[in-house]
Amino acid sequence: MSDVITRHEIVAPPETANDEIVLDIKDLVVHYVLENETVEAVNGVSLQLKKGQTIGVVGETGAGKTSMALAVLNLVPSPPGVIKSGSISVCGSDVLKMSTKQLEKIRGKDVSMIFQDPMTSLNPVMTVGAQIAESVKYHENVTNDEAFKRAEEMLELVGIPKARAIEYPHQFSGGMKQRVVIAIALACNPKVLLADEPTSALDVTIQAQVLDMMSELKEKLGTALVMITHDLGVVAKVCDLVAVMYAGRIVEYGTLEDVFNSPKHPYTEGLFGSLPNIEDRKAELIPIPGLMPDPTKLPVGCAFEPRCRYATSVCRDKRLNNHIVSDTHTVLCARYDEPGFNIDLLRGGENNG
Amino acid sequence: MSKIPNASETVPEAKQQKKRSRFGEIVHSIKRNKSAVAGLIIIALLLLILIGSLFIKYEAVTATSTANRFRTPDLEFPFGGDNMGRNVFLRTIYGSRYSLSIGFLAAAISTVLGVFLGSLAGYYGGLVDDIIMRASDVLASIPGMLLGMVIITVLGQSLQNLIIAVGVTGVPIFVRITRASVLTIKNQEYVEASRAIGMSHLRVIFTQVLPNGLSPIIVTFTSSLGLSIIVAASLSFLGFGVPVPKPEWGTLVSAGRNYIRTSPNLMSFPGLFIMITVLAFNLLGDGLRDALDPKLKK
Repeated sequence: MSDVITRHEIVAPPETANDEIVLDIKDLVVHYVLENETVEAVNGVSLQLKKGQTIGVVGETGAGKTSMALAVLNLVPSPPGVIKSGSISVCGSDVLKMSTKQLEKIRGKDVSMIFQDPMTSLNPVMTVGAQIAESVKYHENVTNDEAFKRAEEMLELVGIPKARAIEYPHQFSGGMKQRVVIAIALACNPKVLLADEPTSALDVTIQAQVLDMMSELKEKLGTALVMITHDLGVVAKVCDLVAVMYAGRIVEYGTLEDVFNSPKHPYTEGLFGSLPNIEDRKAELIPIPGLMPDPTKLPVGCAFEPRCRYATSVCRDKRLNNHIVSDTHTVLCARYDEPGFNIDLLRGGENNG
Repeated sequence: MSKIPNASETVPEAKQQKKRSRFGEIVHSIKRNKSAVAGLIIIALLLLILIGSLFIKYEAVTATSTANRFRTPDLEFPFGGDNMGRNVFLRTIYGSRYSLSIGFLAAAISTVLGVFLGSLAGYYGGLVDDIIMRASDVLASIPGMLLGMVIITVLGQSLQNLIIAVGVTGVPIFVRITRASVLTIKNQEYVEASRAIGMSHLRVIFTQVLPNGLSPIIVTFTSSLGLSIIVAASLSFLGFGVPVPKPEWGTLVSAGRNYIRTSPNLMSFPGLFIMITVLAFNLLGDGLRDALDPKLKK
């Protein structure tokens, strides 16, 4: 692992202040405009991420997590995808205003993405070494040999012997493929790493390995990490901040302690209620009733209202405002306008993640 | 995998089964396909003939002599002598360089143009796709021979123009094949992933998409080698090909057809060469298709 340390010393420039904001999303709106309807995938998401921080973006399938991540790379498939409004700045420059050339320059270098399924995100006809080297060659002025050397280093960094750089993806197991994908994403030492459900396709033991490795790498390289997942366990393991998304909005935002120890939004409460309790195995799970709302017909007010046990008649039509719980903790719920309202935490005492 | 009874070749193969690479897998599959092996052997012989023909002087194949007019086949003149007393055997052997190079170069032109246009059409879709595909449809709707004749009439009769004409007639097939295989690959996650590390569209097409869709293109290329030779020979037969006295096979068949009653050997031997060559390439093409298509594996 001595390679790792030297690499770390080279790549972590000390002059950057620790509280530098590397990713700043403001009021992002992403819609998919189809022939006779519009899918409102992301509706006004704002996020800030400082160097070295990790944010967990949690939510059900279809909550707009992946659309948000793709928007950061300006890779929302278009048509039908349209980024309606908002701004996304990566290291101070707005990706939504960049030319294709500029975008291709920052993709992979400043901001990189890990895709969900390692089985399909590697090119089956290229050796893994060549695939990692590809990214390096593309962004840095190096020779083929140097790029391949870097690729070997990256493989060692993610715990794969460098002799295997000349092998093809089908010769690797699922967990190793995901590590290769991570190695590709980290090859140019990006400032922001978007991980779109990086462990969903892996089994639990490999998940743990990959997560450990990611947290370790994050510390070493000082990369800001956006961890998109629907697994609260993953969030508890690696994240500093948590954003809970529902129907394209962040309904609750706070530090890990804020959200896990005192969840405020009924939806967050529902998510925790749906987790099995390891201490009380007989306890019944309390699922969230109903389904996600149709993203083509979202209400003005709270999209969670039909499934919410606290909902009142005003919830559906009242425009929502972020309710500030503390400096670090906000919640998007109309009921908090009433003084003294709080959710009653279905299962008090064991909601600490 | 089932074993073939005469396992003299397959047994040592089976021992190394684990270590076989993708290329080795293809070689193995072709080896077991007898017709593909036959095709390969014929092609190898043709290449030997081609190399042998390099030692024949051009003068030797164009030299006329009244003594040898319509000479019946014997050891010195295995295919007989033509109406001007030229050695048809030497002419046929010498002609292999024209026929084979026309076939190969024309197929190469079709492949390069077709693959390029087809991958653009498949990858970008939309308007680009429409324009390229409709243009290719127009090209495909004109019979190949007719199109070839038109092109040669416009450009003038020469070896290069024959190659261009045959090449262009083969483009639409490659456009279709390439587009189809690009369409299945472009939505793979690794294509999106390579966009996410900042690759440009063109680079994605050539480094990520095309290498994965190569098998149908290779198969089509092999079959189109045979087809190109036929089209070129047919054009020559009609007088649109290599100008006389250069002994291209189609030209030889064409020259011999006037004497088909008295000296059928003048026409049939070059014709046989065309047939065998095309057959060999088609057999190899079929063998490759089976070898490259995992669904056809036994």
